[in-house]
Amino acid sequence: MSAEGHDHGHDHEHEHHHKDTFITKYIFSIDHKMIAKQYLITGIVMGIIGVGMSMLFRMQLAWPEESFRIFNILLGDKWAPNGVMTNDIYLSLVTIHGTIMVFFVLTAALSGTFSNLLIPLQIGARDMASGFMNMISYWLFFLSSVIMISSLFVESGPANSGWTIYPPLSALPQAISGSGLGMTLWLTSMAIFIASSLMGSLNYIVTVINLRTKGMSMTRLPLTIWAFFVTAIIGVVSFPVLLSAALLLIFDRSFGTSFFLSDIYIAGEVLHYQGGSPVLFEHLFWFLGHPEVYIVLLPALGITSEVIATNSRKPIFGYRAMIMSIIAIAFLSTIVWGHHMFISGMNPFLGSVFTFTTLLIAIPSAVKAFNYITTLWKGNLQLNPAMLFSIGLVSTFITGGLTGIILGDSTLDINVHDTYFVVAHFHLVMGISALYGMFAGIYHWFPKMFGRMLNKNLGYVHFWVTAVCAYGVFFPMHFIGLAGLPRRYYTNTNFPLFDDLQNVNVLITTFALIGGVFQLVFLYNFFHSIFYGQKAVQNPWKSNTLEWTTPVEHIHGNWPGEIPEVHRWPYDYSNPGHDEDFVPQTVPMKPGEEVLHH
Amino acid sequence: MTSLLVIIVLVLLAVALWQLTKIFDLTQVGSDTDSSQVASDNDNNIQGYLMFGFLAFIYIFSIYGLFTWGPLVLHTPASAHGAQVDNLMNITWILIFIVQAITQVLLHYFAFKYRGKKGQKALYFADNNKLEAIWSVIPAIVLAGLILYGLYAWTNIMFIDDEEDTVVVELYAQQFKWTARVAGEDNVLGKANVRYIEGVNTLGVDMADAYAQDDIVVSELHIPKGKKIHFKMRSQDVLHSAYMPYFRAQMNCVPGMVTEFAFEPIYTTAEYRELPYMIEKVSNINAIRSKKSVALVAKGDAALDPYAFDYLLLCNKICGASHYNMQMKIVVDTPEDYKKWLSEQVNLAQQVKEANAPAAVEGADAPVKANDTAAVAKIAMK
Repeated sequence: MSAEGHDHGHDHEHEHHHKDTFITKYIFSIDHKMIAKQYLITGIVMGIIGVGMSMLFRMQLAWPEESFRIFNILLGDKWAPNGVMTNDIYLSLVTIHGTIMVFFVLTAALSGTFSNLLIPLQIGARDMASGFMNMISYWLFFLSSVIMISSLFVESGPANSGWTIYPPLSALPQAISGSGLGMTLWLTSMAIFIASSLMGSLNYIVTVINLRTKGMSMTRLPLTIWAFFVTAIIGVVSFPVLLSAALLLIFDRSFGTSFFLSDIYIAGEVLHYQGGSPVLFEHLFWFLGHPEVYIVLLPALGITSEVIATNSRKPIFGYRAMIMSIIAIAFLSTIVWGHHMFISGMNPFLGSVFTFTTLLIAIPSAVKAFNYITTLWKGNLQLNPAMLFSIGLVSTFITGGLTGIILGDSTLDINVHDTYFVVAHFHLVMGISALYGMFAGIYHWFPKMFGRMLNKNLGYVHFWVTAVCAYGVFFPMHFIGLAGLPRRYYTNTNFPLFDDLQNVNVLITTFALIGGVFQLVFLYNFFHSIFYGQKAVQNPWKSNTLEWTTPVEHIHGNWPGEIPEVHRWPYDYSNPGHDEDFVPQTVPMKPGEEVLHH
Repeated sequence: MTSLLVIIVLVLLAVALWQLTKIFDLTQVGSDTDSSQVASDNDNNIQGYLMFGFLAFIYIFSIYGLFTWGPLVLHTPASAHGAQVDNLMNITWILIFIVQAITQVLLHYFAFKYRGKKGQKALYFADNNKLEAIWSVIPAIVLAGLILYGLYAWTNIMFIDDEEDTVVVELYAQQFKWTARVAGEDNVLGKANVRYIEGVNTLGVDMADAYAQDDIVVSELHIPKGKKIHFKMRSQDVLHSAYMPYFRAQMNCVPGMVTEFAFEPIYTTAEYRELPYMIEKVSNINAIRSKKSVALVAKGDAALDPYAFDYLLLCNKICGASHYNMQMKIVVDTPEDYKKWLSEQVNLAQQVKEANAPAAVEGADAPVKANDTAAVAKIAMK
């Protein structure tokens, strides 16, 4: 399959004679569009589990140690005797929620769906560079999901040392229940996940570099592709480091090495470990962990750029500045990991360095935010659900990003580190923003994926309730963080000092429950529309990019004839020299037409 | 508060219901004219107004939050460096609020103002280097200021001058308990390692070290006002974090290494309790507690104790199942009271001697038990 290239159009005919069986079409498919759908559906299932977990532990936080039948039904007698959640399972829920949302939903499902769907379609390629590797990538992701979920059913419980799995807590089964078999499964699942992610990323990079159609220069790529491309590069640079950390941790856990452990006395005995340091693990973890934030966020920003430009009927403002800021963010993201470790015990001088590099990220981020706002200015905004989610993304990206100035400043981090302030910050800036990006992508490219439209009114309901609830959950959370409330506390009832925060916790949980339940509107819309949605036309949003030149019914190789040639950049919306308010990339330049952008 | 909650929920449900009914109207009436599922002018209009409404929501919610929850946040710092931290924090907050207020208005107002109409054409405005330069350079200048101030403060706080006259205290973390070791008269902590843990010597202090002889181990820490306290943190099992929010102080405790943090307390516990904001906070908390107590007593449980403010040391790094209840009281005394407290404490050397004396065995029940389990564990290992 890797031989597929530009000049494939002629020998394409014979491909139609291949008869797809159910298995080659829907299961072991090597077609990028099918793989994208597989990623999306798996991601949605994982998302339901991850979000569901958050509702359970939010209930515990609002009404601590109270009895709920639903706890007993979902968690069983061991973890919720008489419907009261135990502290062990509380930490498990928090841990697995974080793991699933960060890695399985916002990394794999977001990149996996849209990179797979859009890279070949938007650059004008028949498929990914290696369709086979693409298939393996998905199935490894599926396998790692299955292992992660299976860890929920282990007798000693799933991993519960936080999604950051800092040793020694994650290394010693004596220290916490989840560090037994649960952690072994967690590490196995993540190792497979990383292999999957690397295969995907390599494929994206190679495809973007090699398989662009005629005329599609790097500066004519849609910003989605730029975002996916750069994201894949960060992934390739940083994920192997997490793999190495996971491997060393497996060694410490199973083979008695001391990479991360030293001088430990637990359960009445001194352990043999000597000379290692947990701080080393923190460095390795965050060397992935921080770029990970941008692995999650950049694809969402790429999707938003495309959706905002199309629906504003305007060129994205500052195309080159947007590319530069993506690259700048990606570069800086690999040299800021230490801001997670200001008070880890590392040399304070390093804290100074990381404060400096961290706050620099605000500059390209500000450029992006202002460019989005300027794109809206004097536009002709088509407020489709995808557009609403994109505007919502810009809003939460700004709100959440601004508090990053506090957390990135080592002096201020001393007192807000690991409090709910952090939780509020990163949920807004990467959690909610990336989810909005994902929703924007789903609403926008649903017709491309399934040939049908999502119901827009259900989309509107979905957006507005989600938007209100997202702020309702995370805005008050800043205050309880500034009051000094630590995160990952099972209950705050042992601290009368925090009694006055309980009302706020109830409010947060109420919003969380409403917001969570209303995602059912989306699920209904999604699954219903796959089968019964309005049939889509070829280019429903009147977009310029190449994916809308392919037929609505999916075919192998994407275009029935030759791959179209590209003559212009993707953002010629409302170009004054043309009658229509959009000029697809395939339209040749008129005689004497000047390029109106830099 | 709860009534507000109910109101918000009701409003939300009402909005949702209204939207849902709209859906049904549209699916029935507009089935011929508008089935494309692409936003029509009517949709753009409604959604544009909703965008404007959402802007109002953000503003009202923020202002409401500032008034309702603003008083809950940490106030007057109880340490000398705290003023610097809070000052930087306030400056940063002002900047954040300005940027937030402006950008959210622009974003949502534009979404409302430029909502689409059929036949209307957008302005072709692809780039402008001057604008890009403005919004790169202005943040850069503002951030440079923040970075410089931040680094100045950070250096002041974190680099501890060994020549300075300080009180040296060890904070010792273990699942799920804090212990403190005061360095005693020589102001030097004796060497320690978990391999020395035995009996009452739960911190693994090397009793052969001359500096260790006057070390005092306590489970409720007293420190003097007006003198810099040099904390040295250790952990015996997993990562913990020594978090003292009122002192604007936090540092992780890492097994295998000693970490440090130093600050000077400027209010005694008694003085801090008398601060007007704290009096209000405590009375507020006690009102909540007495309300809860009424319900508890009605159920036949014991009422909650009234709350009085104390400085706390909390664990702020997930350390195990009972992480949520790992705390120690810290009392800031006047220098005289501190001296008095110190003189009442029994030092570790003496405790070890007493524990080893055969007569004391019955008296010191708990340490012996710990000793036993350690011995049992050792045997079990073999």
